[in-house]
Amino acid sequence: MSDRVGAPPSSSPPGTQDPAPVAPVRAGPDRGAQRRRKPRETSPVRREGRAGYLFLLPWFIGMVAFTIGPILGSLYLSFTKYPLLKPPEWIGLANFRRMLEDPRLHKALWNTVQYVFVSVPLQLILALALAMLLNRGVRGLAFYRSVYYLPSLLAGSVSIAILWRQIFGADGLINQILALFGIEGESWVQHPDFALGTLVLLNGWTFGAPMVIFLAGLRQIPVSLYEAADVDGASRWTKFRHITLPLLTPVIFFNLVMQMIGAFQSFTQAFVVSGGEGGPVDSTLLYTLYLYQRGFRAFDMGYASALAWVLLAIIAALTALNFLLAKRWVFYGD
Amino acid sequence: MATDTLTAPGTAGRRDGRARRLGKHALLIGFGLVMLYPLLWMVSSSFKPTEIIFRDPSIWPTEIDFSNYTEGWTALTHPFHYYMWNSAVIAILSVAGNLLSCSLAAYAFARLRFRGRNFFFAIMLSTLMLPIHVLIVPQYVLFSQLDWINTILPLVVPKFLAHDAFFIFLMVQFIRGLPRELDEAARIDGCGHFRIYWRIIMPLCVPALATSAVFTFIWTWNDFFSQLIFLTDPDQYTMPIALRSFLDAQGETAWGQLFAMSIVGLAPIFGFFLAGQRYLTQGVATTGFK
Repeated sequence: MSDRVGAPPSSSPPGTQDPAPVAPVRAGPDRGAQRRRKPRETSPVRREGRAGYLFLLPWFIGMVAFTIGPILGSLYLSFTKYPLLKPPEWIGLANFRRMLEDPRLHKALWNTVQYVFVSVPLQLILALALAMLLNRGVRGLAFYRSVYYLPSLLAGSVSIAILWRQIFGADGLINQILALFGIEGESWVQHPDFALGTLVLLNGWTFGAPMVIFLAGLRQIPVSLYEAADVDGASRWTKFRHITLPLLTPVIFFNLVMQMIGAFQSFTQAFVVSGGEGGPVDSTLLYTLYLYQRGFRAFDMGYASALAWVLLAIIAALTALNFLLAKRWVFYGD
Repeated sequence: MATDTLTAPGTAGRRDGRARRLGKHALLIGFGLVMLYPLLWMVSSSFKPTEIIFRDPSIWPTEIDFSNYTEGWTALTHPFHYYMWNSAVIAILSVAGNLLSCSLAAYAFARLRFRGRNFFFAIMLSTLMLPIHVLIVPQYVLFSQLDWINTILPLVVPKFLAHDAFFIFLMVQFIRGLPRELDEAARIDGCGHFRIYWRIIMPLCVPALATSAVFTFIWTWNDFFSQLIFLTDPDQYTMPIALRSFLDAQGETAWGQLFAMSIVGLAPIFGFFLAGQRYLTQGVATTGFK
């Protein structure tokens, strides 16, 4: 990011293009020179500095008003009891102690962990498999890529959540197809053992976005490596295992981190599929859904803030853990 | 598998190659169909009466019946285009806000030297992955004190203040790739920074701007969480919130109408997908975000 910092300040200050021809020895050359010199001394660098702050002004305002302010605000509120209508009341660590004894929170956390740790690998394996199939000279690559990418664009919408609720309902599409084979299915979205699974599938369905990133990564691998392997008589599997996979690990790692962070914050689908409740028997109660219920249904704003900070801490810890583990398996060339 | 060991890739045994290629395409098409089947089925079901939706897993409609659309359109307090319009206003203003404010910030980060630039840039990057949940409660308190709840302001004003750091990042990356000689030449000709930004950098940034516009539109169009929180008055409902209240009110009895309105709600995304997919996949590939 500081690549250009060392560059010389763009050579000529604006005043110097017409140096000699004007102003011989007239009456007030002194004053003119002075007037000119002042901006000339400060001009290029400082003017650029001022322009920099000016260009950043909207961002500064937004940063203070909508990011830094609220972060500090929610940190403060997490130590208070704040039912919105009354002013916040400092209660120290009580919210965090309450979290230790909140069975619904434990359930929500466990649901979310299952959701993340099943759906993200599912998504990435599908993404990688299809990227491998699509790599290098498949005709109609652009078409396939678009088709597979489409679900990633749509899956976040309420429309798709509604569709999902029907598909996995008692008379839904899945059971209609199962019926063709003489199997009688459950109402998957209403069964405590399967409801979360339908959400996992929905997240797996969005493998298109990481697939596009894998495709871009695959294009970076030099063809010469494969040619050399061909000369050595390597099989397809060997080439995949010993060339593609190691060289792709940075991209796999990137996708893993990004998708995990995203999956931890999933909300819409759980909300719509369960009608906002997280049911049946809290089996689709994801962390953010619980946070919403505490904060914006019960207006238990202090506790919701504490939940938000713990969520941030969990995501940060998980990401840090990912980076630590990366040393063992991510290969960054040399 | 062993046939291509001693030949350059591509010239492998031709018949073998063709069989494999056909197999590959069959696999790709088959898998694509499975992926898209639910969507296609939803489209076809939206033309079927609800009691048939429960029985017919095929995507071949036996008859085309538009009554789900006509009835669904007026099933809520307001006609459906009312909610579509509410969504469109928010999405379009968000696009305008993001393009303007994020490009200003990106120009500063990518081209101007000033004290603290690297520090601010690091702060900007650190907000990229910040979960909205640590902001939402104080934001709600702030907006309700400003009396902004049930207006579009909480959803739109932050966009004009470069709140979506992701797009700043995307544009910074893009501007850094533009040759510097252009702005240096302009500066020698006496151009000020604003003119360089507006006349030179912005026109060259069209691909990055298009990517940002398409993503902003789709994300705000799909957005549910913040609209659910900031818009609680049924008169202010946007398309997703209206759909959700439709689902709650009608439940499972009106799948046909629900499907029809869901498809109407998805239509603009389809449009952007078809028109801007180049920008979408490029945007994903170059920045790594979905």
